[in-house]
Amino acid sequence: MKRREFLQLAGMGVGGALLTVPLIGNAVDMDRLLESPIDVLEKKRLADIGLNAAKANGATYADVRIGRYLNQYIFTREDKLQNAVNTESFGVGVRVIANGTWGFASTLDVSDAGIQKAAEKATAIAKANGKIQTEPVQLAPVQSYGEVSWKTPLEKNAVAVPLKEKVDLLLSANAEAINNGANYVNSALFMINEQKYFASTEGSYIDQDVHCIWPNFNVTAIDPDTGKYKSRQALSSPMGMGFEYMDPRASSKKEGPGGTMHYFDRYDMIEDAGLAGKQTKEMLKADSIKAGKYDLVLDPNHLGLTIHESIGHATELDRVLGYEANYAGTSFATLDKWKSKDFKYGSDIVNVFADKTQEGSLGAVGYDDEGVKTKKWDLIKDGILVNYQAIRDQAHIINEDESHGCCYSQSWNDVQFQRMPNVSLEPGKEEYSPDDMIKDVEKGIYIVGRGSYSIDQQRYNFQFGGTLFFEIEEGKIKGPVNDVAYQSNTQEFWNSCSKICDKSDYKTFGSFFDGKGQPSQISSVSHGSATTRFDGVNVINTARNI
Amino acid sequence: MAILSKEEAKQILEKVMSFSTADSLEAGLSGSGRGNIRYARNTVTTSGFNDDISLGVTANFGKRSASSTINEFDDESLRKVVKRAEELAKLAPENPEFMEPLGPQEYKESKTYFKSTADISPEFRAEIAKNSIEPAKAKDVTAAGYLEDSSGFSSIMNSKGLFAYSQESELEFTVTMRTSDGTGSGWVSRDYNDVNQFNGAEASAVALEKAIMSREAKAIEPGKYTVIMEPAASVQLLGNMLYNMGARQADEGRSFLSKKGGGTKIGEKLVDERVNIYSDPFNELVPANGWNGDGLPRERTSWIENGVVKNMSYSRYWAKKQGVEPVPGPANGIMVGGDATTEDLIKSTKRGILVTRLWYIRTVDPQTLLYTGLTRDGTFYIENGKIKHPIKNMRFNESPIIMLNNLEELGQQQRINGNLVPVMKIRDFTFTSLSDAV
Repeated sequence: MKRREFLQLAGMGVGGALLTVPLIGNAVDMDRLLESPIDVLEKKRLADIGLNAAKANGATYADVRIGRYLNQYIFTREDKLQNAVNTESFGVGVRVIANGTWGFASTLDVSDAGIQKAAEKATAIAKANGKIQTEPVQLAPVQSYGEVSWKTPLEKNAVAVPLKEKVDLLLSANAEAINNGANYVNSALFMINEQKYFASTEGSYIDQDVHCIWPNFNVTAIDPDTGKYKSRQALSSPMGMGFEYMDPRASSKKEGPGGTMHYFDRYDMIEDAGLAGKQTKEMLKADSIKAGKYDLVLDPNHLGLTIHESIGHATELDRVLGYEANYAGTSFATLDKWKSKDFKYGSDIVNVFADKTQEGSLGAVGYDDEGVKTKKWDLIKDGILVNYQAIRDQAHIINEDESHGCCYSQSWNDVQFQRMPNVSLEPGKEEYSPDDMIKDVEKGIYIVGRGSYSIDQQRYNFQFGGTLFFEIEEGKIKGPVNDVAYQSNTQEFWNSCSKICDKSDYKTFGSFFDGKGQPSQISSVSHGSATTRFDGVNVINTARNI
Repeated sequence: MAILSKEEAKQILEKVMSFSTADSLEAGLSGSGRGNIRYARNTVTTSGFNDDISLGVTANFGKRSASSTINEFDDESLRKVVKRAEELAKLAPENPEFMEPLGPQEYKESKTYFKSTADISPEFRAEIAKNSIEPAKAKDVTAAGYLEDSSGFSSIMNSKGLFAYSQESELEFTVTMRTSDGTGSGWVSRDYNDVNQFNGAEASAVALEKAIMSREAKAIEPGKYTVIMEPAASVQLLGNMLYNMGARQADEGRSFLSKKGGGTKIGEKLVDERVNIYSDPFNELVPANGWNGDGLPRERTSWIENGVVKNMSYSRYWAKKQGVEPVPGPANGIMVGGDATTEDLIKSTKRGILVTRLWYIRTVDPQTLLYTGLTRDGTFYIENGKIKHPIKNMRFNESPIIMLNNLEELGQQQRINGNLVPVMKIRDFTFTSLSDAV
């Protein structure tokens, strides 16, 4: 599911759209979400049935994933609750290697017979596909971890919070937006809980409980005289946290240039909605940008998406190799560039790392979906491309002897494959704030929040918009502007990176519904950065008349 | 299990109704079986089959509603799902926009199900992959493709006497052929309800030919060009326009159909007078479900007629508030075409660009329906009625409204993603930058 499609379906992208929740799972009542999951000993017993059945049918490797996915979504509009949906999905997926080829089968029937049958089916598929397969699967070794567990560190399970409290919070945010000048507001809370059990023939039995939360809203202001309307989304980031994320605290926010407010590990939704109402009204009167070259000052809540599209996807090894050629595309960051050890992806200050262990991030887990312990590694060091994102069956291609631990499946029902870990830009080493950065810019634009985004199938040419734009003239914010989009080429853009604020400004952006694969699967991932400057970027004016 | 007959579905739903004590109850029962095969790097990568069936129940007490879903169908489970929905509904706040369920409706039948598609086997899928991979290898090209077939049913019933049932089958195929030197790429897309209309080898050959033709593309300056857009290139832009034709957004002043000072553009000329767009679930080439999620019967509906905005979609709530009849949104899009082939349109073009498909299309401005995106997998320069050479891909920034005002010529319709769209020649299509991507 593409993000835009989801937002439209959820009524966030268009006013008054019929609300449906197209995600995985069946709607269930609230109590069911708080029931105890299936006992871990029972999961181990069932998993062993699948592993043994696969081996008995000729598999040389097998893994079993028993998954229970519990989600809650709440949608409101102005002073009305539109929908509150609880979903549950429970089942098992079995993946095997037989005759050197992958096979996969899944079933809702989480019984001895159901798992045995799925294992047999997966093995049969592997054998059938083996007839036209040319390169036998080669797995990097992985440690046998025995029986281990991992849980998102959280203070307050979102599902346990009474529904009324969550609805009241959204309605209060809506009221604040309206009181500050908005004509319409839709808001939503997405709460995800993945209870995943993984077992493999290599001796790991891994039980994990993963939680994520995303508060969002879309505020619209209308000028009836001109017929113009402007919208602004929430400046929250989705997080790998519990409902404590929704408890605002003064130490978790900072005022920024142009009257902006920036939230770190806690979010004040009501305050942000009020600001959104005010800012959306101001946007109706703002000037239209004059096209040309500008120095861009990009807030982390905007830059995260640029990192995601131009570095995150470009360094996925499966794309580099061609597995996504028919869908999401390939990558310009080809193996020869990596082998050369001098491919200048960005300027000397650009250091980008992948990290599946970052606390509070969307991608944080203890182990990936093929039983590899997660870690942190470098993708770009001092501007040079140094590595990719690889999983067990790809590690040998980049001469590594272990997986990076970034294998993921959106549910028990889908086969796991390489997905993006958290990919982040290291902050600058010297003390330097966003205000300092603005002071140093002669002619520029300060951009906050995600907007329109588009990049080609090899991740060269891109165009990005944003949520809020402020023109900078001689070191000062001149005022808000409209109709801004910047276009660049990935390598040119990252080589124009001239300054990065320090770690006190570092925060994560989140992509909640990132799509990839056929059949398409979604995943959630965070991207950390501090406010960063890019020099002389081409800005176009997007205003049109119809 | 995935496809229940009309009688089987009715029996389960009637039982569900009998277990309810709510003021009214609505239920939906649907299921499908989906098979797929994916290949890349000239070898099969994954394939599988997924079977599922699900029942959803919505209970209403006054203006309070709630839903619950289950995928077990014994009496105890059916009682449980109704009870859960009813308990939640009693706790829910009143919804001032609540609409009573519809009474019985009459539906025309749409031929959306073909047994031939439901009978697709793993061997058939493997054969389609082989028919792509082998010709590709022979020409030093690498194939990456995906075939997915599905068949299933949908049914709804409510306690006011409404019942609707339909069966659907569908097949979707796409393949990307890339020359092994990395300088050429071609793509094709096919979709049908009846697999007997599908020729996988023919489709793969189209993508293969485009890949070879598009090697060593030359760069041209971005700017405004006459473009010949194959249906796969224009379908998403047209779809974005069609699916944004909701009356409520327009009445609220936040739509491209809203007017300065209030009101909407209904009845006004929006695009070139040769543009006629309608939806019709009963069209034999692109059949679709004859009822929407509320159970409202879908009819042939004209959205743009001779360039004028003819209809907008109205939910039942918004229609009642505005004192009009509800208009279900489109289940497919059909744009009237002409007789000319793509080759005819090329012949009549002095200078222009042939576009195979557009990629990563995103909204830039909802008010003007401005979109950005790029060409991909076969972009060619036309000079004096002939394809002269392949060109590098380019980024566009354009609105379908502006595009349909710059219409030069309409060609023959083709089915694409369940819609019928003609090949089109458009003048002054705006490209804003070059891409090195192949």
